[in-house]
Amino acid sequence: MILLFVSLFTFSANSNAKSITLGWAAWDPANALQELTKEFTAETGIDVNFEFVPWPNFADRMLNELNNKGKTFDLLIGDSQWIGAGAVYGHYVKLNDFFDKEGISMNDFSPATVYAYSTWPKGSENYYALPAMGDALAWAYRKDWFDRPELNSEFKKKHGYDLGVPANWNQLHDMCSFFQGREIDGQKRYGAAINTERGSEGITMGVTAAMYAWGMEYENPNKPYDMEGFFNSPQAVEAVEFYRKLYEDCAPPGHSDAYMVANLDAYKSGQVAFQMNWYAFWPGVSKEDSDGRVSGFFANPKQNVAAATLGGQGISVVKYSDKQDLALEYIKWFARPDVQQKWWDLGGYSCHNDVLNSPSFPTSTVYAQGFLDSMGIVKDFWQEPTFVELMLPMQEAIHDYVVNGKGTAKGALDKIIEEWVEVFEADGKL
Amino acid sequence: MSVKKKFKGLSDKAVAWLFIGPSVFLLLAINIYPLIYAIRMSFTNFYANKIGREPQFVGLKNYIKVLNKEAIWEKMQVTANFMFWTLLLQAVIGLGLALLLNRKFKGNELLTTLIVLPMMLSPAVVGVFWTYLYNPQVGLFNYVINFFHDFGSFDMIGSSVLAPWSIVIVDTWMWTPFTMLICLAGLRSVPNYLYEAAEVDRASKWQQFIYITLPSVLPFLLLALLFRGIENFKMFDMVVELTSGGPGSATELASINLKREAFEKWKTGYSSAFAVILFVTIFGFGNVYVKVMNKIKER
Repeated sequence: MILLFVSLFTFSANSNAKSITLGWAAWDPANALQELTKEFTAETGIDVNFEFVPWPNFADRMLNELNNKGKTFDLLIGDSQWIGAGAVYGHYVKLNDFFDKEGISMNDFSPATVYAYSTWPKGSENYYALPAMGDALAWAYRKDWFDRPELNSEFKKKHGYDLGVPANWNQLHDMCSFFQGREIDGQKRYGAAINTERGSEGITMGVTAAMYAWGMEYENPNKPYDMEGFFNSPQAVEAVEFYRKLYEDCAPPGHSDAYMVANLDAYKSGQVAFQMNWYAFWPGVSKEDSDGRVSGFFANPKQNVAAATLGGQGISVVKYSDKQDLALEYIKWFARPDVQQKWWDLGGYSCHNDVLNSPSFPTSTVYAQGFLDSMGIVKDFWQEPTFVELMLPMQEAIHDYVVNGKGTAKGALDKIIEEWVEVFEADGKL
Repeated sequence: MSVKKKFKGLSDKAVAWLFIGPSVFLLLAINIYPLIYAIRMSFTNFYANKIGREPQFVGLKNYIKVLNKEAIWEKMQVTANFMFWTLLLQAVIGLGLALLLNRKFKGNELLTTLIVLPMMLSPAVVGVFWTYLYNPQVGLFNYVINFFHDFGSFDMIGSSVLAPWSIVIVDTWMWTPFTMLICLAGLRSVPNYLYEAAEVDRASKWQQFIYITLPSVLPFLLLALLFRGIENFKMFDMVVELTSGGPGSATELASINLKREAFEKWKTGYSSAFAVILFVTIFGFGNVYVKVMNKIKER
């Protein structure tokens, strides 16, 4: 009896020791990762528990956990902007020695993703994450409506060119406004579901898609943190004004605090002709459209330059975890090319060159080529340790201008710079 | 038996301390200590997320910064507007409903139960489902308003003019029953003989209301408004779910701004100063209000 008790206790202790917890956002790719991870457990006997937090609370939940040196997570798939804080405040384990020991080379991953998801200081060879989920902001459109001859001829008559993938933001506006308020199949439709969310990062991610395409730079390339004339350049101002115009002319009524799920819902319910969203959602959209008749996808249109807002995340080992060795084992497994291929097949966005450079990749899905195009032109928000302090004033000022219609675009950008200067001064950067 | 003996040996004072001791301990640990800690932090440049960085004493710098920041005054103004309109509407409608329910009629109890339902709900849930009610395309609110007059499609939470009203409406919908219940308790405590005497003196219904009902119910109404005032000064969850403080900062109440400064920007020192200012404000107003209320009661 005692022996049985001891063996039961030992079994229980062992099974606890052989488990790790991974934290990520609650969305489609997380389900794909959960599915993929079953193979890891089968191979290694290590159980992986998942805690997926809804996007609006994701940053709050995870950053609080890290700031409190919490041990809940052994692995964290954190947003690209967190890498600075993860490295500087010591939340993430530096992975260089581990990569060297296990023969994991960052040259095997897409350079843009390594730069964005893994390195701090940016572009250095200090790695704090393995690129896990490539992502960028892109567009989906109602191909079935575009293919209707009567709609196309009406559009062509008005604008002089065919309905199709817009070559630039002006064409995007033409097409979105064409559908605004139009009745199709007895229902009133609207132009585009774009990011307008106020609470976390939504409207910033949306407006920067336009600002990058107009050629905005955050700072003087020769003088870091010198933002005057760059972040509020005439091109940046024009882009913000354009985004407001797009919102006013083309968004469905009530779309004033919308981000990923709201955009997706507006599109899926047939309200809008276009939706702005992350590539992460395209497998789901595509799955419901097996013959590819309804939806088309395209990378962020260019205006003055080709650019797209970066999304995506790297996977990091949490410094406060007591099971770092098991967490590192997961990363070792996840970095394997065959696992990366399965990751893509299941609906995750691999950043591994073997997957991306495979000849069959561009045609493997209808959005694969767009993903490749986007990952070559991505730009990200500040990745400074103070990124939340930098994000909040931008959310407020841009929402105030775009949705609230208050003030001017130049005024909003000036106000943001003013707040950013204060943040950088407090952080000793200025 | 031995326990009984032990208690027998204790003085009344000791027994009293034995009973209130745990409460006093909890009060000190949960309320007083954090308050003192926050006051201490408010004089430093502490950032809770900057691990290993020692906070430095900065004197009154944080207080000066808070009080000189235009954005803070905008938030205070938004909060004041929200409080003024919610308290006014809840006082008027709550008193009206209480007068109505104080009469005896069939279905009185059922109606009372239905009216108090909103205040039983979670504010966060209320915030979420009102976003659907306010939706210009499918929401019931637009439909009802347009049923009486065709205003077309309007976005309550996306317009800077309408959004402040959207939170006032929801708070009024949710908390008027509370004011009503307190007023109803006041109305039911008015002795009947006062009305009988007034009838004998041929006082009109209006005179009875002005000279008997209102003075009797006023202390109760003021008490309800005190509770609602304190609650609305720190209103957070319902508004965050409904508007996130937007559009822009049109509905960003002081408490929402404080949360963003403290737990998103992690400006612990600065936000502690802001919290102390808010605490002193509500504490000061609360004290003045209670004194006024006591004077009214004494009359």
